[in-house]
Amino acid sequence: MKLARTGNEAFAEAMRQINPDVVAAYPITPATEIVQIFSQFVADGIVKTEFVLVESEHSAMSACIGASAAGVRAMTGTSSQGAALMWEMLYIAAGLRLPIVMALVNRALSAPINIHCDHSDSIGARDSGWIQLFSENVQEAYDNLIQAVRIAEHPSVKLPAMATTDGFILSHCLETLEMLSDEDVQKFIGEAPERPNLIKSLKEKKPITIGALDLQDYYFEHRRQAAEGMFNAKKVIPEIGKEFGKTFGREYGFFEEYKMDDAEAVAIIMGSTVGTAKDVVDVMRGEGKKVGLLKLRVYRPFPANELAAALKGKKAVGIMDRADGMSAFTGPVYPDICAALYDLPDGRPILQDYIYGLGGRDVTKEDIRYIFEEILKTAKTGQKDYTLKYVGVRE
Amino acid sequence: MSEKVFEVRWHGRGGQGAKTAALLFGEAALSTGKYIQAFPEYGPERMGAPVQSFNRISNQPIRNHSGIENPDVVLVLDVTLVRQVDVTKGLDPEKGVLIVNTPLETEDIRKKLNYKGKVYTVDASHISKETIGRDIPNTPMIGALIKATGIMKIDELIEDTKKKLEAKFRNRPEIIEGNLNAIKRAYKEVKGV
Repeated sequence: MKLARTGNEAFAEAMRQINPDVVAAYPITPATEIVQIFSQFVADGIVKTEFVLVESEHSAMSACIGASAAGVRAMTGTSSQGAALMWEMLYIAAGLRLPIVMALVNRALSAPINIHCDHSDSIGARDSGWIQLFSENVQEAYDNLIQAVRIAEHPSVKLPAMATTDGFILSHCLETLEMLSDEDVQKFIGEAPERPNLIKSLKEKKPITIGALDLQDYYFEHRRQAAEGMFNAKKVIPEIGKEFGKTFGREYGFFEEYKMDDAEAVAIIMGSTVGTAKDVVDVMRGEGKKVGLLKLRVYRPFPANELAAALKGKKAVGIMDRADGMSAFTGPVYPDICAALYDLPDGRPILQDYIYGLGGRDVTKEDIRYIFEEILKTAKTGQKDYTLKYVGVRE
Repeated sequence: MSEKVFEVRWHGRGGQGAKTAALLFGEAALSTGKYIQAFPEYGPERMGAPVQSFNRISNQPIRNHSGIENPDVVLVLDVTLVRQVDVTKGLDPEKGVLIVNTPLETEDIRKKLNYKGKVYTVDASHISKETIGRDIPNTPMIGALIKATGIMKIDELIEDTKKKLEAKFRNRPEIIEGNLNAIKRAYKEVKGV
């Protein structure tokens, strides 16, 4: 059914259809509506969810961890400072192998205070052990959140997962959404696979301990196992994306290649800017310019080998980073791509980084065209004049 | 992508319903099988402050997520805004359409704004006071918008808006009737057609 929904409404509807056992959340712009709408579903009795009101995001994630450790499905939604306040607990969720699912609305981090989009919040959680799925539009946000449940709970993965939307640009944009039936969503996510369960263990008088002290003797082994979960997610994510496509007609992989076949200049982008850039690619293709783009959907786990195969032989690649890692080098996605391509024996493209759109700075088609023209120039000359450029900033 | 996407910018003051107008218009266009976007510009929000909202309407899926800089149509819900905000910014005087909520004539507005393009006026505040009982000019402005542009049929708009309002105001039929009459009257009374 074609409906008009904002990103936040789509996330809330997906949560209703997932019907988790526990949701714990604290409001924050621009993600507030997700749990506000969802709390109405709870009040109206149309979901079975226990809604836990908490006094901070740190507590929201803690409550989700408790619920998930007890063996049930737990979800939350947040953004920016909220996600930052969860930081300590994000690592604990992953380390305890708890398949919590989060709807994250990407917003800049303070200071200066700003409520608009960039990717600093999820990228800040890059190494926490959370699976990260970025969304180009409202439809993908909805589809990603549903798939996140399956990915996180897969017995070989057992790691938390977040699906993201660009703050305001998607969270507050009413778009056309092809919504699935409640029944179809339930059938797709199925029953949560059996996991070690605190409550059950107590009932059966075989108590287990969760989160115990784990020193030099076993900590390393447990972290290694958690890392294995992320390696396994690399197998599981495309399988579930394919199954989603077979069932509902929209297939998902690690990334989408758009007009890449004969492209000489390629841009790598995450989130809502991808759509705008597709329009620019079409226009430039019409002018005979060999440009293409790669939409990175899965940021963690990082599909390094797959990216290397897709980018091999391209003359020049521009990475568009919607966060500034403050590394005095480049934005955060650039080094990942660099590393992925390093082992290519030949056909390694020249890379350049473009930091854009911080704090919700509008990214226009002219900005994107400028970046493509820059990459084309590099492709043509075979060498780059710079590694990093800030695009759309006054300086 | 080849086909032009129809872009709309709404100007209003916080509380006048510029955001709701964009949402209602977007949903109505969706009900006719089009792809849509409706989004507000978020800044410091307070009652009476100048606000903007936007629509994109297309026969193809809409991929563009940048701001709207060159709208096909601009609607002004509050004529006093023209002193404060450059409402014709980015509007092409050759092809663009400006629709203003005012009892003034189109020529008066053109002079006031020093704007040479196509201007329509409609006294949406007056209409809404008579039909809804309050100065809420947003729904009648949608009537004026579709008359001025022909982007959809009046019957389609009325049918979809009725459905939306019925869902929201189940127990207040006078609001539903009032809004629908406001749309119909503005459709009829808009000047400059």
